[in-house]
Amino acid sequence: MIDLLPQHFRHGVHPSDNKLATAHIPIARMPFVQRYELLLGQHIGGPSVPTVRPGQKVQRGQRIADPAGFVSTSLHSPVTGTVTAIEERRHANGALVKAIEIEADLFDPQQAPQAPAQDWRQMDIDSFVQAAQDGGLVGMGGAAFPSHVKYKLPEGKTCKQLVLNGAECEPYLTSDHRLMVESAAAVIQGAEILGYHLGAEGVCIGLEDNKPDGAEALRAAIDKMQPSLPIEVKELPVKYPQGAEKMLIRALFGLEIPAGKLPLDVGYVVNNVGTVAALADWLLRGVPLIERVVTVSGPAVNQPCNLMVPIGTPLRQVFERAGGLKPDARLIVMGGPMMGTPVASLEAPVLKGTSGLLAFTEKETRLPNEYACVRCGRCLEACPHFLNPTRLAKLSKARRFDEMERYFVMDCVECGACTWSCPSGVPIVQLIRVAKADLRAKRAKK
Amino acid sequence: MSSPLHRAAEGPRSLILHAAPFVRTPVTTRGLMYDVLLALSLVLVAAVYHFGLSAITGVLVATLGALLAELLFTPLRPRLQCLSDGSGLLTGVLLGLTLPPGLPLWMAFVGGIVAIGIGKVAFGGLGQNLFNPALVGRAFLQAAFPTAMTSWVLPDGLMKMRPEALALPLLKSVDAVTTASPLARMKFEQLAAPTTDLMLGSVPGSLGETSALAIIIGGLYLLIRRGLDWRIPVSILGTVALLSGLFWLIDPSVYPSPGFMLLSGGLMFGAVFMATDPVCSPTAPLATWLFGVGVGVVVVLVRLWGGLPEGVMYGILLMNAATPLLERFFQPRPFGRKPVKS
Repeated sequence: MIDLLPQHFRHGVHPSDNKLATAHIPIARMPFVQRYELLLGQHIGGPSVPTVRPGQKVQRGQRIADPAGFVSTSLHSPVTGTVTAIEERRHANGALVKAIEIEADLFDPQQAPQAPAQDWRQMDIDSFVQAAQDGGLVGMGGAAFPSHVKYKLPEGKTCKQLVLNGAECEPYLTSDHRLMVESAAAVIQGAEILGYHLGAEGVCIGLEDNKPDGAEALRAAIDKMQPSLPIEVKELPVKYPQGAEKMLIRALFGLEIPAGKLPLDVGYVVNNVGTVAALADWLLRGVPLIERVVTVSGPAVNQPCNLMVPIGTPLRQVFERAGGLKPDARLIVMGGPMMGTPVASLEAPVLKGTSGLLAFTEKETRLPNEYACVRCGRCLEACPHFLNPTRLAKLSKARRFDEMERYFVMDCVECGACTWSCPSGVPIVQLIRVAKADLRAKRAKK
Repeated sequence: MSSPLHRAAEGPRSLILHAAPFVRTPVTTRGLMYDVLLALSLVLVAAVYHFGLSAITGVLVATLGALLAELLFTPLRPRLQCLSDGSGLLTGVLLGLTLPPGLPLWMAFVGGIVAIGIGKVAFGGLGQNLFNPALVGRAFLQAAFPTAMTSWVLPDGLMKMRPEALALPLLKSVDAVTTASPLARMKFEQLAAPTTDLMLGSVPGSLGETSALAIIIGGLYLLIRRGLDWRIPVSILGTVALLSGLFWLIDPSVYPSPGFMLLSGGLMFGAVFMATDPVCSPTAPLATWLFGVGVGVVVVLVRLWGGLPEGVMYGILLMNAATPLLERFFQPRPFGRKPVKS
C-alpha cells in the first residue's frame, strides 16, 4: 500500500507514555552508598574475569575485571573503596551470579577519574575498538550488548550512516531524554568520534517528537561544535516500538531491512544516544562506564526522578532516594513497562543496561481476566513485523511450535505490542516467547 | 522501621513476578460488545418507533433464548465467563432485530436458542464459531417457518402489540394484514420505495433493518470507537453500489438504482452489524477486502436474479464459511519479507 506518511514505520501502538512525571526533572546525582555489587555477567556475552582480590583497595574508575574474550567487556569500580568479596550475588531477575562486592571508603572525596583527552583521530580502528572495550562500554538502551563488537565492522561491510537511537519509545522512561537535554554536547562528541571511526558519511539522530527540548539541545550543540561530519536530528511521531532498530530505520529512511538481516547489512550502525555519550566521556575525559542515568518512576514511587546512579548501587537505595516506595507497591520493573524485566529482589544492583526502575501497585499490575480471542485483529494491526500474533498464540497454546515457524515466529522481536493491544487479555507475546525458546533449543540440539 | 521498602522486600512472595508487557490497553472484549450494543440502541429505538411494543418483546424474547442457551449448553468453567463477556446478549439482540415485527414470540425464542446452541456453543464457544450465530438462528427460522419469516407488516406506530406475535407454539397463527417488503415490491412489481422512507425506516421489513439512518449513525459511532473493521462495510456497500450501478446504467427500467439497493432490505444492517462480527470475518486486510466484495457480489446476484428478494443473510453466511480459506491465502506480508505464498 502507498505510504502517505514517510516518517513512519507501519503498525505499532500508542500506550499512554506517562513521561510527564519525570520529563522535566533534571538529572540528580545519586548519593554514594556503602556497598556496591558489580555483576560479572551484566552484559551479553562471556562474564568478565575479576582482576582484583578481596581486601584490595580500588580507586573510582579503576578497572576491576577484564573481558573474557571478544564478545565480553571490562568492569570498573564505581567508587573508591575496598573489595570485600567476589562471590555469588542476586541478579535483579532472581538468579545468583558471580559479582565483585565493593565497600565504599566513607572518608574518600570520591573524585571522578580524570585523564587527558585521547587524540581519537590518531587511533586506528583496532585501537579504537580496543579502547571501547577497555572503557566497558555496552549498549545503554537496555540490551547491554558490548559496543566494541558493533564497532568492529566485519570484512566487506561498510557503514554509510550512523544512526543514533534517541526514540525512547517505552512509557515512563526519560533517561535518554534528559541525557540529550543536559549532555547534548557529549552525545554530539560521541557521534562525531564514532561516525569518524566507522567511516560513516553522516550521522542521523532519531528521537520522538515528545522530546522537542532534546532535539533543540542537540541542534544547538551541533551549531556550536561544528562537527567534522554532517549530523542530522530527526523528530518522529510518537509510536511504539519506534526504538526497535529496524523500525527506527524504516521511520527515518523509509527502508525495510530484510528479515534475518542486520542494519549493517544495508550500511547502517545503530547506537543508543547514551552509548555514544559514554564513549565521549571515556575517550575525552577518561571516565569509563561507571554510572548511568536511570529514570525512577511509576505509580508506586513517591518522588519520580531521573538519577545519575553508579553501576552496582542496590535498587533499594535508589528507590529510597526517590522518596521510597508507596505501601502498596507490588511490582518492580527494570527497564520499560513494555519490554522490561520484573525485579525479584530489591537487594540486586543497578546494571549497565538499567534505563529505568519502575514501581507499580497491585491495581495496575493485576493480570486481566483472559477471555477467548474474538479475532478482532488488533494484534495484527499492532505487530510492527506484520505477523499474525493471534494465530501464533493459538498455535503456541496447542504447543504446535514447529508449525509456528511457517508463520515466521522467529521474526518476532518480542516488543509486546500484541499483548498490550489485546482486549481479551491474551498473553500473546508471552506465548510466543515460549515457542521461540523451544524452537531455539531444538535448533541448538541439531 | 515501617518503611514500605521493607514490606515490599520481605521475600519473593510479596513481589509480583510476571512477564512483560506490564501495561495493557484499556479496551476490553466486554467493552467492545457493549459498544456494539450501544450502537444498536438507536436502531432499537427506531424499531420501536415504527413497529411498537412488539419490537421490544421480539428482541427481548430472542435475547432470553440466546442467554438461556448460553447458560444451559456452555461447559461449567467457561460458563462463569460467557455471561459476563456480553457476547450472548449481543447475539440475542442482533437476532431479534433481524426478525419480522409480527413473528410469534415462541419462534423468536427458538431462534435465540438455535443461534447460541448450534451457532456458537456447538463450535466451542466464543471466538470458535464459523458462522455469525445470530444469522445461524435466523437461517434456521427462515427454513423452519418460511411464511412467518416473510410476513411483513406496515409500520404503524408506537405502543402497539401485534396479536399475531402472541400465537402459541404449533397452533395456526392469527391472520394478520401483511404487505410486501420494498425489495419484494421491486422484484415482483418493479416499484421502488421513496428514499426518505428507506432512510427513516417507515417501510415494511425486519425490526432493525428498515431505518438506514439509525444504522449509519450506529456504524459511525462504532467507527469512531474502532469497534468495527471499516473495510467490511466499505467493501460490501461499495461492491453492491458498483455492480448494481452498472446494471442500472444498462437498463434503468429493469434494474433498481444503486441508491435503492443500498438502503433497502437488510443490506445496511448486515454490512454494519452482521458481517463485521470479528469472529467470523478475516483479520488480515486483503482477506477482509475480498470478504466484503464476496458478500456484495452474492447480495447483488440474489437480489437481481435469485428466487428470493433478499440475499444479505446468505451472502454473509457464505463468506463466513470462506473466511478460513481467505485467511489462509491472504496473510499479511511480514516486515522485510517477500509476499507470502501458501
